[in-house]
Parts: sequence; C-alpha cells; structure tokens
Amino acid sequence: MIAEAGLAALWLAAALALLQLGAAIAGPRVGDVRAIAVPTAVAQGLLTLFAFAMLIWLFIRTDLSVQLVAANSHSMKPFIYRFSGAWGNHEGSMLLWVTVLAVAGAGLALVERRLPPETIRATLGAQAALALGFFGFLLIASNPFARLYPAPAEGQGLNPLLQDPGLAFHPPTLYLGYVGLSVAFSLAVGALITREVGPALARAMRPWVLGAWVLLTLGITAGSYWAYYELGWGGWWFWDPVENASLMPWLAATALLHSVNVLAARGGLRAWTIMLAVVAFSMSMVGTFLVRSGILTSVHSFAVDPSRGSFILGLLVLYVGGALALFAARVGTVREGARFELVSREGALVANNLLLTVLLGVVFVGTLYPIFVEAATGDKISVGPPYFNSVTGPITLLLALLLFIGPLLKWRRDRRPNLRRVALPLVVTVVAFAATFLADMSVLARLGLAFAAGLAVASLLPLAGRNLRRTPLATWGMVVSHLGVAMALAGAASDTAFTRETLAAARPGEVLSVGPWSVRLAGVDPMAGPNWTAVEGHLVATRGGISISLNPQSRTFSDPPTETSEAAIDTVLDGQLYTVLGHRQGDRWQLRLWWKPMATLIWLGGALIALGGALALLGRLWRGRRRRRAEEAFA
Amino acid sequence: MTRKLWLALPLVVFALFVGAALWRLADPPSTTVESRLVGKPVPPFALKPALATKPGFGAADLASGQPRLLNLFASWCVPCIAEAPVLAELKARGVGIDGIAIRDTAPDIAKFLGERGDGYARIGADPNGQAQIALGASGVPESFIVDGRGIIRYHHIGAIMPQDLPEVMAEWEKVG
Repeated sequence: MIAEAGLAALWLAAALALLQLGAAIAGPRVGDVRAIAVPTAVAQGLLTLFAFAMLIWLFIRTDLSVQLVAANSHSMKPFIYRFSGAWGNHEGSMLLWVTVLAVAGAGLALVERRLPPETIRATLGAQAALALGFFGFLLIASNPFARLYPAPAEGQGLNPLLQDPGLAFHPPTLYLGYVGLSVAFSLAVGALITREVGPALARAMRPWVLGAWVLLTLGITAGSYWAYYELGWGGWWFWDPVENASLMPWLAATALLHSVNVLAARGGLRAWTIMLAVVAFSMSMVGTFLVRSGILTSVHSFAVDPSRGSFILGLLVLYVGGALALFAARVGTVREGARFELVSREGALVANNLLLTVLLGVVFVGTLYPIFVEAATGDKISVGPPYFNSVTGPITLLLALLLFIGPLLKWRRDRRPNLRRVALPLVVTVVAFAATFLADMSVLARLGLAFAAGLAVASLLPLAGRNLRRTPLATWGMVVSHLGVAMALAGAASDTAFTRETLAAARPGEVLSVGPWSVRLAGVDPMAGPNWTAVEGHLVATRGGISISLNPQSRTFSDPPTETSEAAIDTVLDGQLYTVLGHRQGDRWQLRLWWKPMATLIWLGGALIALGGALALLGRLWRGRRRRRAEEAFA
Repeated sequence: MTRKLWLALPLVVFALFVGAALWRLADPPSTTVESRLVGKPVPPFALKPALATKPGFGAADLASGQPRLLNLFASWCVPCIAEAPVLAELKARGVGIDGIAIRDTAPDIAKFLGERGDGYARIGADPNGQAQIALGASGVPESFIVDGRGIIRYHHIGAIMPQDLPEVMAEWEKVG
C-alpha cells in the first residue's frame, strides 16, 4: 500500500498543477488568482514531499515487490545506503527533482506579493506548466512506484561507486540548486508576458537566484571532491559531460547573479537579465536531458532509455523553445533600462557577464561537439581536457583580472577610477609571477598562481577604509566569494604546477618516494565489510619528523559484482597525500601515489564562494524585511 | 533590425541543439567497442595445462588450420556460470572451444567444470592474468574467434548468452 499511496499523491499533485495552470490562464474571471494558486501550490509541495517520503520508506524496508527497489537495493546494504539509494537511480532522482520543483513552487506562491498581480499570475502559471510537464514525465515514463510480480528473493544492489556518504549529500544539494533556478525562469517568463521588467522583478528574483546558486556551488564542490576520492584517478575535474551539465547552469546563474544586481540597483541590463534567467534553468533541463537520454556517454550513466530522452526533449522544446521565442518576440518591446558609461560598475559587470557567457559557450560547444561532428562527418571524436583547459584557462584568468578593478568602480560612471588602490594587488601579482620561476611549470599555472595571489589581496579592497561593522552583509558576501575564487584558483593552479606522481609495483617492505615523502609498503591484508571484501594496503609515509599511516583498499562488492578502489587520502597543512592500491602482480602490488600541495584549497575555495553567497542572501532577506516593516509603519 | 537578430540568437542555438539531439535519439550511438586486436594475429603466449586431464596450449596452436573459439573464464566468475550451458550448446553445434582459466586453481576449475559442464577441448592456466592482458581483455568472461591462420576475427565482451548465439554462430561460419 505504501507504493500506491505515493503514486496516488503524485497523480493528485499533477491534477492540482493542471488546476493552477487553468486558474492562471483564466485569470481574473475566476476571481483572485492567488486564492486558487497558493493552496494548490502548497498542496503540490506537500503531496510530492509525501510521495518522496514513501519512496524512502520503501527503500528502507527493502520492499522487493517494487521494481525500483528490487533493481537498486539489497537487504544486506547498510542503512544509510538503503536510505540514500532512493535517489541513486533514474526514477528516484526524478522524483527528487519534481519534489524540489513543487516545493519551490509552493515557496514562490507563498512569498511573492510585491510584484504586480498580473505578473504574479503569469509567473505562477509558468511554474505550474513546468511542474505539470515533469509530473507527466514521472508518471508516464518513469514511475518510481511500479510493482514487480513476482517479487524477487533479493535485490540487485546499488552501484558500489554510489555506496558512499557523498550520495546522501551531493544529488539533493545539486537538485535544489538546479530546480531552484526554475523560479527565476518562471519570474522571467511572467515578466515577459506582462512586459513588467524592472527593479521590482530583480528584487523578487534575487533571493531565489542567490539561494539556488549557493546550493549549486556546494553541490558541484561536493561532487568534485567525491569524484576525487572515489574514482581513485587523482583528478578533481574530468570535463565529463555530466560535470559540464552541472557547470553550465552554474555559469549562467553566476552571470545572472551579477546582472540581477544591476537591474535591482540601477534598472539596467533588462533584456540581458531576462535572457540569463531563461538560460540558467534551460541549462539545468538540458543537463537532465543529456544525462538521461544516453546521447552522450559519461561516468554518470543512468539506465538509458531513448523513449525517456524523447519525452524530455519534448518538454525542452516546449519550455526552452517557448521561453526563448517569447524572449525574441517580446523583449524588444521592454522599456530600455538606465544608461551607463563603459567605465563604471555596470560596465565591469557587463564584461563579467560576457566572459561568463563565453565560458558557457565554450563548455556547451565542447560538450556537444562530438555529436555535431558525428552528424556532419560520421567520425567519432572525443573532446577532452586539452581543449577545455586551454580554452577555459585564459578566460578564467581574464575574469580574475576583472575582479581586481570591477568591485571598486562607481555605479553609472567613473571618470577617474581610483587606480592607486589597484596598485597593491598588481604588485603582488607581479612579485608572485616572478616567484613562480623558482620552479618549472606551465605558463597557465604560473599565471594562475600569480593572479590568485593578486586576487586574494584585491578581493579584500572593497572593505578598505570602511567601517567594518556597518558594512552591509551583501558586501561581506561579495568579498568572501571573491576570496573563495582566489583560493580555488590557487588550488587548481598549484595542483597543475606542483603535483608529483609515483606509479610502481612494490613488494611489501619496499620504500617509494613521492615529492618530499618516503612511503613504505608495510604490508597488505584481506578485509571484509558488510557487503564487500577487500585487500587493504598498509602504508607509512614519512617526511622530516612527521609520520602518517594510510590504508588504501581495493574492494570487491558482491551485489552487483564490481571492483572499486578506495583511495586513502591524508590532508596535512600544505597539501594532500593521495594513495591508491591496485592489483597484485606476483609478489608485488601496484601502487599509485600522489603528492598534491595545496590541493585542498580547490574545495575550500568552493565552500567559501558558497558561504559568500549565503551571507549575501541573509543580508538581502534581512534588509528586505526591515524595509517592509518600515513601509508598514508609515502606511 | 540587428538587435532583433541578436535576440533570436539563443533560439537559433537551441534549435541547432534540438536538431542534433533528435538525430542522436533516432540513431543512438553504438556501444560496441571494436577490439583493437580484431584482424590482428593472436599475441604470443604459451600456457601450461590448467588441469592434469587436458592439454594446455599457446598462441601457435591456434594457427593450426582450424578455427577456434577462445574463451576466457574463471571458476570465481559469476557470469561464467550463466555462460557455461551456452558454451555446451556451441560445442554441440561443432564449435571447437579452448579455455583460458584466469587467476584460478586446478581444484576449483575441476569443481566448476564438474558442476557446470565442460565444453573445452584444451584449458590453459593464466594464474597472473598475463595472457588476459596480452589479449586486451578487460574482464571475464570474454571470447575470441580465431581463424585457422591465427588471426582474431571476432571479440565478444561479457558472457555469451542464448540471445547472442545467432551472432556468434554467424561469425563462426564466416571464418570456417
């Protein structure tokens, strides 16, 4: 009955989405749209939450009469993976996606009062249309509650790569981010329909964009770290199509985050902001399509089904095509925004937006290029890190350089920008660049390290000469995020520049060296876990007086039969020691050792970027509440 | 007018994307990886007998004028259990099969063959997986069809299941 209750809740929610859409289209003829839309939106949120809880319950009980559970779970699996296994598959993760979409829709309906009623009506209609399509996809093409008769005696188990605490955190955060952007999309569509594009829209959109962006940043950072330690390849970004699929909405959201501020503060960049709001969520949907249709091959392969791909493509044409057509037809009639000069805060933000959009284009083209080439010539090619690194690297450096001066410029026009304040970070950059010649590395790594050092100083400059206690939280947020960019850049550049790798087949007792470390293979022992067996290597690493022990494993899971390598990673103050145990060759064991100075900065930087966004969000919400209170007091 | 064109640019990019996606959905990418060894001679190896009751063999023995099906298997490999009856069927249809036992021991192999059936004419022991690596095989089970001159003509990754029989027999008849 649990599965049937969940399914019934989903059907009911879909019916309510249809009702909400109908009310939005019928408009004032049926009375106040909010009176219908708010209860229906909230009920959809609650019903999908209920359905999602039912699915989790089925997974915890390992109810094998449900097809999805039988195909992805196993009664011997530890509790946490039975729990998180609920979304470690196509149908469950789509249910998570739809749940977030419905809950975001409920939040939008509850919170949004400041916009003109017609815009709210159009926005809630757009959100209902989005929800309806994805409910349809779930119920028609990916029913998570389908029964299996007869029920098997045992489930097939969860892909061992997913049997990791990362699964409990990474997909939900990422989906909250992806789908949170749907609100910005609906607001943009609503505003296009009523032609009400202005600062009020930007202020309504900004908290949603900030919140979604923070979660997206966290989700991508967590996913990067997960891939880093779980895959055992020693890399932190592989330009895999699915990684790119998460990066593209992030780039669009980052650009949107900056342009929405121009619209809120100065009324400028109207068409541009609307386009980015449409593109950001469109990129989320395109990513979902790429992952689940199987048109690109990737490490994140879901059970691939072309009919599902056609269904999502249909939704994409409807939503993305519809929104972009509306944009092309309508945005020309939107009143032009406030003008500004080239050298101004707006000018710098436009440059930032253009660079981010070029980055987005570069990633988009690189990800889809194999398909275009095969369509045109029939050749199978693969676009890899050499393309992405060499093209995105310089653009990222330009973005970093822009951050030196952008936040210091005045709004509207800055006839005499205070260039003296930029002198300090520029000097730091030049000195750091000179210092990189002490070691041998690529030009890109040299520039990356130099710019990271300069940016670390430059990012703090907006605070210089201010009363720190009276500085708005949003400004603190900007400073913290930009400092995070400097940190991540430093981590990425030093990973390229300083990483040392040793690959060897070692006998027990043998000593290998990697960077400044001597690593001794003390021995190898068999191990057993709840649903796996493993061989575990015992390594003792020494440097100077420090000695640490690492125990990398090579695991063999029984259900389904798969081998994974569990890297042992030790973080010290100035970097990470990363060790992987491979196969046995006679009396030797394959060992891969990496010494990665300052690699931790990559993810700390990512976390800092997200923290800055969270601070800004808090500041904005706080201010908004205070302003409303003040308005109410005067009224 | 130019502004209008710029505003339609995202729509045009999206239309291109949809076109490519439609084409790809209609014609899904092939998932078969053509083995680099197909069309090449069997790499050199010589294997000792895995069992006292059957001879071992080497690469040279595969160029004896008769085509052979070379099957990599192991007693510890679960899909091999599913494959065993299909190999027996192939043998019944006149396919000569030589086995390579990967990282295995004689008692385990004897037990496996006793329980699951034995379609092999010869079984070579590959205790370290060296022959497996030389053949460019990534796992067990995998099978190769080798023509009478010792050239690999076909590579099947994973267990040969009943639904694969027609394909394997067609490849076999091409060689024979």
